[in-house]
Parts: sequence; structure tokens; C-alpha cells
Amino acid sequence: MSLLQLDNLSVTFGKFRAVDNISYKVEEGEVLGIVGESGSGKSVSSLAIMGLIDFPGKVTADQLSFDGKDLQAMPEKQRRKLTGSDIAMIFQDPMTSLNPCFTVGYQIIEALKTHQGGSKKELKKRAVELLTQVGIPAPESRLDNYPHQLSGGMSQRVMIAMAIACNPRLLVADEPTTALDVTIQAQIIDLLIELQRKKKMGLVLITHDLALVAEVAHRVIVMYAGQIVESGPAAEVFSTPRHPYTQALLASLPESASGKARLDALPGVVPGQYDRPQGCLLSPRCPYATDHCRKEEPENQGSLNRQVKCHTPLDTQGRPAA
Amino acid sequence: MFQFIFRRLSLVIPTFLGITLLTFALIHMIPGDPIEVMAGEHGVSAARHAELAAQLGLDKPLYVQYFDYVVGILHGHLGYSLVTHDSVMHEFLTLFPATVELSVCAAIFAIFVGLPAGIFAAVKRGTIFDHTVMTMSLTGYSMPIFWWALLLMLVFSVTLGWTPVSGRIDVVYWIDNVTGFMLIDSWLSGEKGAFISAVSHLILPSIVLGTIPMAVIARMTRSSMLEVLSEDYIRTARAKGIAPWRVIIIHALRNALIPVITVIGLQVGTLLSGAILTETVFAWPGIGKWLIEAISRRDYPVVQGGILIVATIIIIVNLLVDVAYGIVNPRIRHSR
Repeated sequence: MSLLQLDNLSVTFGKFRAVDNISYKVEEGEVLGIVGESGSGKSVSSLAIMGLIDFPGKVTADQLSFDGKDLQAMPEKQRRKLTGSDIAMIFQDPMTSLNPCFTVGYQIIEALKTHQGGSKKELKKRAVELLTQVGIPAPESRLDNYPHQLSGGMSQRVMIAMAIACNPRLLVADEPTTALDVTIQAQIIDLLIELQRKKKMGLVLITHDLALVAEVAHRVIVMYAGQIVESGPAAEVFSTPRHPYTQALLASLPESASGKARLDALPGVVPGQYDRPQGCLLSPRCPYATDHCRKEEPENQGSLNRQVKCHTPLDTQGRPAA
Repeated sequence: MFQFIFRRLSLVIPTFLGITLLTFALIHMIPGDPIEVMAGEHGVSAARHAELAAQLGLDKPLYVQYFDYVVGILHGHLGYSLVTHDSVMHEFLTLFPATVELSVCAAIFAIFVGLPAGIFAAVKRGTIFDHTVMTMSLTGYSMPIFWWALLLMLVFSVTLGWTPVSGRIDVVYWIDNVTGFMLIDSWLSGEKGAFISAVSHLILPSIVLGTIPMAVIARMTRSSMLEVLSEDYIRTARAKGIAPWRVIIIHALRNALIPVITVIGLQVGTLLSGAILTETVFAWPGIGKWLIEAISRRDYPVVQGGILIVATIIIIVNLLVDVAYGIVNPRIRHSR
């Protein structure tokens, strides 16, 4: 049984499908990377897992289960017991994700108190332990700090401490390093991976950073316009991308442009509500698109382990199949 | 924290000077003088006028009069009423409890209705409840105070007979003036029904006086809450699995209160100025009525002194608001 399983999850805002029938699994102790451009539905899908999509957003799924328990069917209250304890999430911008009116200690202890309880002294001791675990020096004095007294990296460490407070089995990290300095980014990722290994958590790592995913993720999902266009073991997907979009993403990395005057870029933007093309959603931007691509939406091809949503997936040489 | 309060206090001095200058200038700019008003229709001869003016010190150049007035204030004297010859401070202290009682009850009404209404409207935004609250608060805000008072009186006092029309307590009760607050005094008197009577006299004036502040607080709370509810840290709080009411009351409200507290502080000014109309309509013997009468009698010391005290109170309340602001918002407390 998978830790997290989604089948045909969709999130719609009115007529707009922000997430369009995506399915994936996360196993215990697995790091799943989700990559894609801005607006491809990465964050929205993770908020849907947490149950944080508000009206007018609507979440539908054939299956949305955590550890075999159906998240959609369970009452609100029971689901809240899971969120924040078994399933935790950290967000993009740590500076705005902590409540400015409460001390760091209060906010960490609140997470502990909500799910586990305990005496004041115990809770405080646990909060200090958590801050130590995430590598914050002089944790006891930090408990009384307000978020505005912390740096961005420090805030993200606090966010992580809060997220792991109740020993979650699944941690969803939504671009945890996007708002941070490059040097701090590496530290935060190291910390996350270290904690993931130590606690054997499932980790969903949403990011723009392909190099990072290649390095730490076991499996990777590439999203485009709310759909999963390619998925598979990270090493395979990055060494032999089968979807033209994945290929384009990899080609746009500065590293792959050595010696060239310009970086490779995929022209155009992710389609929105009003310019959604017929057929394959990538067809207007895809260099290999055929008339068939423009008319008919492709089905998923390949095994569950390695899927691609394309009429003419690329071969090992990076050329479209005939 | 002390440094914070001290810094705020130092700003009070120039404000204070400005108020004395402004009230002095304004009251002396009104045509007519107290002697003419006292003489009434009979008029007064030029010689007698000059004699009286000299007696009251009104013949001196204005800047000398102003100087004397400020020196008096610095010595703690606000002067004597030209009409009753009672000291301004004494008159004020006698009447002030009535206004405080009314204003406090109005403020309680405004906060206890306005705040929850605003929170609820924000949480249920776009629903019929939200629209109802916003429409009602706009109506309340736009309603002329005296008309609203008359309307309520007509319905609840005259037609339904639920509340008394005016005054602070039924004439059948004789309440000793212990604290000056009718609610407390009537309670202390132990007379049967006196306290109930005092409460029933307070209801309509409090609602009338509290309506505008209530509307302002409701609207401010709603917009502030709406802004806060879309913040990242609210999402974080929800991701922690905290109960929705706790997210709203603890995480959102605490942040949303920051601008609301400022507004509540500013409403104290509205309450005291609104008290002038409300007290007049309900024949409430407070400082509002006292000041209105003093203006029509050109009772310079009363107007100057009365306004100065009221302004001082508003300054102090705003100072307290600043301090409260610092308590609620850690970013202000820690800024140097």
C-alpha cells in the first residue's frame, strides 16, 4: 500500500482546470520530485492533498488516499487530525509563512499541542529539541523571537521544525528554497534530505530546480498546464527524456548551453483559461508537433513506472518516434 | 516599552499647544461677546460695556489674553465660568461622569456588535450575510445622529413604550451622587428598580451614539480580516491542522486587530463629539450639552477649558491606543 495515492485528481476554479486528472503515488521513504513551469499546477495539486483548496476551487478525484485511508470520504475533523501531524507541508516564502504576531516558540508549540498535547514544560522542551534538529543555534533563546527577528533561512528552518513537529510520514515541500539565497538553498535542501532519511518520510519536493531534483529525487513528475506529461525514475527521465517538454526544460538549463551565445528556451507560455489549445496542450509550443497533435489529446503511454503523455515520444537519441 | 511610551509622550506637547491656540482663536472669532449675550435684548451702554469688559479682562489685547490663559493652564487653572462663576474644572468634573457613562456604553455596544459582525462578514464573504452587514453598516454610518435618535425614540419610547424618552433616571428616584456614574450610584442606593431604570435610560442613547463607531469598526474589521485571511501564515496555520475557529480568532484576528484598534481609538473622538448631539436630543446632562450652551453664551473660559479637557482625553486615549498597538504588534514594539 502506498503512503499517498492520487487517481485522476482534478482541481477546478470555475471552468478553469488548474490540475487536470493527475495520478501518482508516493511510497514510504521515497523522494518524489515535481517539476514544471510556473502555472503548471504543482502547488495547487499539493494544496489539494492538504485539503487547503478554498471555495470557489473544487477538488475531485477517483482516489485520494493516505496510508489506505480515503481523504475525501473522511469527515473534516478527522482529516484535520492527519494534516499537520501525519501529512505536513512547508511553503515557498518562509518570511510571510510565519505569523508575525506570535513568537517562534508559540507557533511550534501550537503544532505540538494541537496533535499531541503535553505539559507546558514538556512542550517547550520538545520545541527546543526541534529547533536543535533543524540546526538553529541557541534554540532556547530563539523560542522567544518573533518572525521579523529571523532571517529567511532561519525562518524556513523554523517552518521545517514546525512541519516535522509531529513526526509526519509525508512531507510536502512546495518550492522550499525559491525565496532564499543560493548558499542558504543548499543548506535547507541538505537539512530536508537529512531529515527525510532519518525519519524515513515520504517527501514530495516541488521545485523549479531540475538539477536539485536530479540529485535528490528517486522519482520525478513533469507537469505542464495541470497535466503530468512525463514521470519515471529521476535518473532515467533526465538522461533520456521522452517528452518534448522535458527535453526543452533540460535544454533550457544554463549548464546545457555551454559554448552557446544564448540559452535554449521554449517559446511561448503555459496556456491559461482562455487560450487552451485543442489536442495536445503543448502543441503550440512543441517543435515536433504534427496535425495529429493539434487535433487529438494524447493518451498516457508506457508502464506506470515510466509514463509519457505524447503521440510521438522521443527515442533515446532525443528524436520523435516516427 | 518605556522608551516607546516616552517617545510618544514627547509628541503630545506641541499637539497640546496647538489645541490651546486653535480653541482660543476660534471662540474669539465668533461674533458677539459674553457681555452682549448676558445683556440680552435690553442692550448695554458703551460705558457699561467697557466697564464690564475691563472687569472680565476682555479689554486687554488678544495676545495678552491668550498669554494669561496659557499661564493659567500651566498653573492648573482653567478659569471661572462667566455665567455661573463656578470653576470650569469643577463644572466639568460634575458633568463628565454622565458623558463617560454614555460613551463607554456606546463604545461597548459598538465594539461588541461591530467586531463580530465584521469578522463574520469577512469569513462569510460574498454571502447574503456579508451583504446585509455591509449595507446596514453603511446605513448606520450615513444616518444623521439626531434623526436616528428621534426615530428610535418614536418607535421604542413613544409607540412601544419600552424605554424612557430622556434623562438619566426616573424622577421618582432620588439618587445620592457618590461616583457620578448613575449605573453605580443607583446600584449603591439599593432602591428597588433604580438600577433597572438607569439601565433603561441608557439603552437608546448608547445605541444612537454607538451606531457610527459600530459601522466604522464593522467595515474596518471586515476589510482588515479579508486581507489577513489571504496571507500565507493563515495557510500555514491551516496546514498545521488547527481548528478553523482557532485559525480565525487566534491567527487572523490578532493581525487584523492592528488597524482596527487604531480606528477604535479614533472613534473616541467621534463618541465625544457625537455625545454633543446625543446628549442634546436625550436631555442627557453631560459635557456635550454643557459645551453647546457655553458656546451660545460666549462663555469663553468654559468653551476653552472644556474643549481643552476633551482634547486632552482624546490625546490620552490615542496614546493608550499607540501603546496597545505596540502590545499587539511586535514589529512596532521592537523598532527603534
